[in-house]
Amino acid sequence: MQSLSRRDLGRAALAATAAATVPATARAQAAPSGPPIRIGYSMSLSGGLAGNGRPALLAHRIWAEEVNSKGGLLGRPVELVNYDDQSTGAQVPGIYTKLIDVDKVDLVISGYATAIIAPAMPIVMQRNMAFVSLFGTGVNNDFKYDRYFSINPTGSQVKETFAKGFMDIAMAMDPKPRSIALVNLDSDFHQRTAESARFLARQHGLRVVYDRAYPPSTVDFAPIIRAVQAARPDIVFVGSYPPDTAGLLRAASELRVNFQMMGGPMIGPHITAQKLQLGPILNNLVVWDVYAPEPTLQFPGTQALIERYQPLAAKEGTDALGHYVPPLAYAQMQVLEQAVRRVGRIDQAALAADMHANGFDTVIGPLRFDALGEWTEERNLYTQYQGVQGNGIDQFRKAGTQVILYPQRYKSGDLRKPYTAGA
Amino acid sequence: MSDATIPATPALPRPWRIGHGAFWLGSAAVALLLIAALRAFGSEYAYFAATFVLQYVVLATAWNILGGYAGYVNFGAAAFFAAGAYTTVAIGKALGLSLLPCIAFAAVVGGALGLGTGILTLRLRGAYFAIATLCLSVVLQTIVVNWSYVGGSRGAYVIRPRDVPWPFDSYSGFLCAVMVVLAAASIAVARSIEKSRLGLGLAALRDDEAAAEAAGVPTLRLKLVATTISGAMMAVAGAPLPLLGSYVEPNSAFGLAYAVNAIAMPLIGGTGSWAGPLIGAVLLASLQQAATVTISSAANLMIVGVVLVVFVCAAPHGIIGLFRRRA
Amino acid sequence: MDPDLALLLNGIVSGLLLGGLYAAAAAGLSVSFGMLDVVNIAHPAFMVLGALLVALLWAATGLDPLLLSVLLTPAFWALGAAIYVVYHHFFERRGDEAIQGLAFFFGVMFIIEVGLVLAIGPEQHFADAAYASTTWRLGEIDLPLRMLVPALVSFAAIGALVLFLRRTFTGRAIAAVAQDREALRLLAIDPVRIKRLAFGISIATAALAGGALVVVQPVDAWSGHVFIGRIFAVVIMGGLSSLGGCVLAALAFGVVENVTATFYGPSWSPAVAFGCLLLVLAVRPQGFFGRAA
Repeated sequence: MQSLSRRDLGRAALAATAAATVPATARAQAAPSGPPIRIGYSMSLSGGLAGNGRPALLAHRIWAEEVNSKGGLLGRPVELVNYDDQSTGAQVPGIYTKLIDVDKVDLVISGYATAIIAPAMPIVMQRNMAFVSLFGTGVNNDFKYDRYFSINPTGSQVKETFAKGFMDIAMAMDPKPRSIALVNLDSDFHQRTAESARFLARQHGLRVVYDRAYPPSTVDFAPIIRAVQAARPDIVFVGSYPPDTAGLLRAASELRVNFQMMGGPMIGPHITAQKLQLGPILNNLVVWDVYAPEPTLQFPGTQALIERYQPLAAKEGTDALGHYVPPLAYAQMQVLEQAVRRVGRIDQAALAADMHANGFDTVIGPLRFDALGEWTEERNLYTQYQGVQGNGIDQFRKAGTQVILYPQRYKSGDLRKPYTAGA
Repeated sequence: MSDATIPATPALPRPWRIGHGAFWLGSAAVALLLIAALRAFGSEYAYFAATFVLQYVVLATAWNILGGYAGYVNFGAAAFFAAGAYTTVAIGKALGLSLLPCIAFAAVVGGALGLGTGILTLRLRGAYFAIATLCLSVVLQTIVVNWSYVGGSRGAYVIRPRDVPWPFDSYSGFLCAVMVVLAAASIAVARSIEKSRLGLGLAALRDDEAAAEAAGVPTLRLKLVATTISGAMMAVAGAPLPLLGSYVEPNSAFGLAYAVNAIAMPLIGGTGSWAGPLIGAVLLASLQQAATVTISSAANLMIVGVVLVVFVCAAPHGIIGLFRRRA
Repeated sequence: MDPDLALLLNGIVSGLLLGGLYAAAAAGLSVSFGMLDVVNIAHPAFMVLGALLVALLWAATGLDPLLLSVLLTPAFWALGAAIYVVYHHFFERRGDEAIQGLAFFFGVMFIIEVGLVLAIGPEQHFADAAYASTTWRLGEIDLPLRMLVPALVSFAAIGALVLFLRRTFTGRAIAAVAQDREALRLLAIDPVRIKRLAFGISIATAALAGGALVVVQPVDAWSGHVFIGRIFAVVIMGGLSSLGGCVLAALAFGVVENVTATFYGPSWSPAVAFGCLLLVLAVRPQGFFGRAA
């Protein structure tokens, strides 16, 4: 199964490069005309999710400008209609009914993260609209909506695959690790990631010596790290979000941890400000990610997007590097765009059928959806920060600072151990 | 000190002398009219916006029974609201019941929670009571987060049933009608309390608890009755929430917005009578809903803050107070 | 040392350091809520305002965050005094400060938070102190300076405040205003002026607490929310107007949280801490260190 899908992917990658070179030059640059195609969604521009919502919106705007400057979609200009959901799920149903009923948008997509996607589902399902979501985990497991498509590299087999990269890297170490500690934030995403790590640890015969969740209101992380240290694990798998990641890593640095390997889905250094603050503490941390500026992970348009994004972000004061959400948000729009172009009209049923039937070439690589709308092949990256010195931003722009360890096909460096939190 | 000499509530002229029964009939009639009007309008967005506003009407009216009539500030409105929402999740999952019986269960759970709060905080007044309810909210949220049966921190999905109850054209329409009925009922309950011996007793509690006690008002019992009724009604307000969004998770169900709005709406409308929370909720909730889809930036949260500050400064007895003073 | 004992000791010590942060945050509230009877629920929001200003100034100047927060205190004092003037004019004078005043500060909290988002965005901001990555060790006990320095600064500030309240005439007048307003009038002291001064002080301590907070962790506009419940809990357990009680309660709160997190897992530590407060309220509403009513 694994080898087969990998072969598929290779073929798709070939097609991607072929497809990308042709239309850019061949298409006439006619100005779009007619009524705009309106794409509606809610986005978190204030509240806890705004730190990722704003960069996502910026990527969407870049996409819209590019499409409009190249003749629009089906010859019509595209227009983004979006409202701030304040990071509150309770606002979302109202926003989508307004978008569909009052604004009469032609297409809908989702805002950022599960808590915002899930409340939109019943509204979208009622109108039978195709729905491309961003960073949702397992949203469709309960709804089983056949027009739902997820832009999230974790795929549908989260339990079996999410932590696989981490475990594979760990089990390839010499000597082999024998025990593991699991720490996770008590949240939807991190419960799933910890479940995956727990499941795979058992399969590899690792002894779980510490396994606890912490609440979002935690202020001091020293007790957690200390309890982990006391349990003497060989490797540590952590699932956390930005404020806590900084707290955990600083506590790790203060307590002079020394683990053969530490990391996991520690969302935090994904955000530029935190990369800069943590600096050398990141060295040898193995982090789950969706993108890293490595030569092995370049697809048509990726570099161009990042280069477009960074000056705009500097102007608007959002995330400076844009390595985390923007490529995926841009890909979200690309999926919609390619499906509309292939179908040739706005027809929700035909769009959904096309999305199920065909693959897409995006700035984050070729992808394809399964029956539940998740990626047929997951693409969890495990990366390691290496040789970070000081707190400058430029080292994070170039290759070699965040090397990719997994999966094999994108690998750009070798594991360094142990993790000592910058010491 | 000049303003303080104008008494807030006792001096109000009472032009309407309507009996309890008549008021209940009146609210039922208004509810029916409202349902019919919304049905005729027939827009899904109208249903949603109305449900959103009415949910706050119930919540604000419920808060006002304890906060306005008895003078006990409950910071934990979100806890009761979420208790209602999670009752729907738990009962729906355990017994497979539909929304209406879940609302009844929510009332029981909220009432029990209110009674418990009342017993635990019997000796507390003023800010102490407020802080205690805030703590209750934190403890309850921690319990829900650690209770995996209702989804824990992952949240729970509640899928709307496929068949829509007669005579509604969509499930949103049905939810909206349920909310209209709940709002009308809660206003009628509030008005009945206000005009009854219970209401008089609560007002005595608010004005001077020690004096009321000395005068033979059964303060403890009144307080427990008020916390129970208020808690039950707040939970009822939250019960339809899981079906409204099909997904609840603790952070949004226990959101600060509910606690703030539950306090802000009665204050803006006027805490002395049943009409205050109604006016405040309709005004503030519509403003918020409109701002979400027009201004649509962080600035629309600013509205709540500014409106609240301006009103408590300029109109200490709410909108009702403004009209009374002029009259 | 026995590993469990080392864990326990470290849990207690780190709890004490965390308690230092809580004490810094709660001290101002102890003045405003405890002594002046002003239920300033926006206190954590002022703290976050201070923290974010410190972060911005730090990015511009590179000075030490705690030093910057000290420099901010006069501005915060003025802000506090101004807010008290408004509060007094609209609420205290009219005599309905209870609910309306509470709602007023709720509104102020919203305005501060949203204003911060509009002005500097929803992202997290941080400020690095030069000592933030150093840790002292006493045997098996760790003392990270990131926690220790803010705690010491906050204890020093609270100590100075206690001295001021005990030793100076104005300070005693502040303590007196909490107990008997009319008596002050008889001494020809204007209670409003005294309260304005005291409320200014309480907001000034919020700036200091903000400096401490931004050294400890990155801060965004909503970082204050997790502190609302905690600092009210601390002030009540400490017996309202007693600053010493407030510090002890803050330390106890930190220790309970961290020892629970070390031994029973962090997911229950908020419930344990707030459960304690509920018990205190139910059994001894005047707090551990308060006078019986």
